[in-house]
Amino acid sequence: MLALQVLTNGLVLGCLYACIAAGFSLVWGVLNVINIMHGGFIVAGSYVAWLSYSRMGIDPWFTLFFVAPLFFGIGYLIQRGILNRVIAAPVLVTLTLTFGMDLILNNGMLIAFSADYRKLLLSPPLETLLLAGIVVPVDRLLAMVLALSLTLALYLILRHSRVGRAIIAVRMDRDASLLMGVDIKKIYSVAFGFGAAMAGCAGVLLALIFPISPLSAGAYLGKAFVVCVLGGLGSVPGAILGGLFLGVTESVGAVVFGPEHSVTLSFSLLIVFLILRPQGILGKKGYE
Amino acid sequence: MSRKSLWIIVALLGLLSLLPLVGGAYALRIGTFASMYAILAVSWNVIGGMAGYPSFATAAFFGLGAYAGGIMLAGGASLAVATVATGLMTFVAAFIFGVILLRLKGHYFAIGSLAVAEVLRELTNAATELTGGGMGLNIPMSSVVKSVVGEAQFFFYIMWALLIVTLIVVIGIERSKLGFGLRCICQNESAADMIGVNSTLYKSLAFGFSGVFVAMAGVIYAGWVHYIEPPDVYDILYSVKPIVMALLGGLGSTLGAVMGAFLFLAIEEFVWRNLLDLHTGVLGLLIVVLLLFLPKGLVSFGSSWLGKRLVWRNGVPRD
Repeated sequence: MLALQVLTNGLVLGCLYACIAAGFSLVWGVLNVINIMHGGFIVAGSYVAWLSYSRMGIDPWFTLFFVAPLFFGIGYLIQRGILNRVIAAPVLVTLTLTFGMDLILNNGMLIAFSADYRKLLLSPPLETLLLAGIVVPVDRLLAMVLALSLTLALYLILRHSRVGRAIIAVRMDRDASLLMGVDIKKIYSVAFGFGAAMAGCAGVLLALIFPISPLSAGAYLGKAFVVCVLGGLGSVPGAILGGLFLGVTESVGAVVFGPEHSVTLSFSLLIVFLILRPQGILGKKGYE
Repeated sequence: MSRKSLWIIVALLGLLSLLPLVGGAYALRIGTFASMYAILAVSWNVIGGMAGYPSFATAAFFGLGAYAGGIMLAGGASLAVATVATGLMTFVAAFIFGVILLRLKGHYFAIGSLAVAEVLRELTNAATELTGGGMGLNIPMSSVVKSVVGEAQFFFYIMWALLIVTLIVVIGIERSKLGFGLRCICQNESAADMIGVNSTLYKSLAFGFSGVFVAMAGVIYAGWVHYIEPPDVYDILYSVKPIVMALLGGLGSTLGAVMGAFLFLAIEEFVWRNLLDLHTGVLGLLIVVLLLFLPKGLVSFGSSWLGKRLVWRNGVPRD
């Protein structure tokens, strides 16, 4: 029974990790930029959900509908105005640049909301299901389903829309897609916008489960790293698989080694994967 | 490195050594930090500037050094023994990490080196019996000097002396076959391999050298502040600040790293004093402005800004 409960917890966590990582993976894969701000975007999304629920009484489910376009716009503008200027520069430059912007974002949130932990408490709270001896809180279940649907929506956009195909084309071969008439700078901005929107929506869903604080940005970013490397870069199915893998590993590890070693476990997994299989579970070798 | 840069470094260090004569405890504190930051920046430059590998492991070395040295100091070892032993240990550890991690390139290496710091921090946090865990580690006052000002002076000169040792070794590396090999690796690693540079050995040695003095600075820092805790010494900002300093001074140059460190400290101190709530935001803004408008560091103020920007994109500049 314990095993099933642990597995369920892992899968719930895993779906949220997949949602966190999908946008990060898209930006990394297409733009070759590691967006350190991703964790900050997630926390910002959580704050929007918390504010709109506690001040205006808007349910988090509806918050998603305006968080997505809002964060898409912010991401688009950041890429268009700042990151596109240095997109061809070495890794160190883009990495340090997004780190600098993350410091600004984090400082802004600290001033606006202070470092106190906030919690979005639904009233009345949703009940807890008891399925065959396994405890499943309904809010977690809903967050999981929504996280998975959002990730699938991103997959469908990339797969079937015109702009999605253009993003994939740029990822496969930047120069060839340029020759085919793709406006690369615009596609970069759209991809970054999608990444930011996914982060904001993930933040809304996480606000249902975890306390909100600017300090958790780093932890979310760490999860995104690990999931990306586990699953394979720039692929949505990879993010889902990596997320589920990490979620289950973490909840099993919490039982076996104790919860205080969860970060050590996930980062050790990261280092092992980086060295033995840097292309990830689903990635293709040399496909950069 | 040109003769002129060498003289500028000597002059800067000489000026710094006069600090205890003119300033009080505050000036000594700033001076000690200036030396420490310069050690971090110059060390990072060995792997990040010369070999071109974007390392985020500085915090790992610093924290490892502070804890290993702190535990030895708390156990009654003298500062000299603790510093040298920690330095040697970190060199070996960094060399071994280097052999494993430096097979990765670009983003993957950056993340891998970042992960090392995270793992070490969590391990330090979890090993409560040895390190005190989240409660931190207390390090007793050194028995050599008893007065507060005397101690401040003592640690200032120790840190300053370590900076000089660091500079001698790093400038030595720059002029040696190792430095030449590292610059080859930076420009084109496959080609360097082809012409007979043992790139794995060279990169790992560079990683070792980029760790050893940072760890020693960590030991001295631990002895100086008497209390360390994991989020303090494994702070990711210790990984990022040296990069900003090196970028500020111009990537790949030792003189640039020293000047960048001093300038960075001046800015940081100014911001801390006047805009306490905004200091990380201002640091972030500094990074953004620096990377967008001064990609070659302070040297960009010189002639033909755009031309140098283009040069810089194709390869790391040299002095």
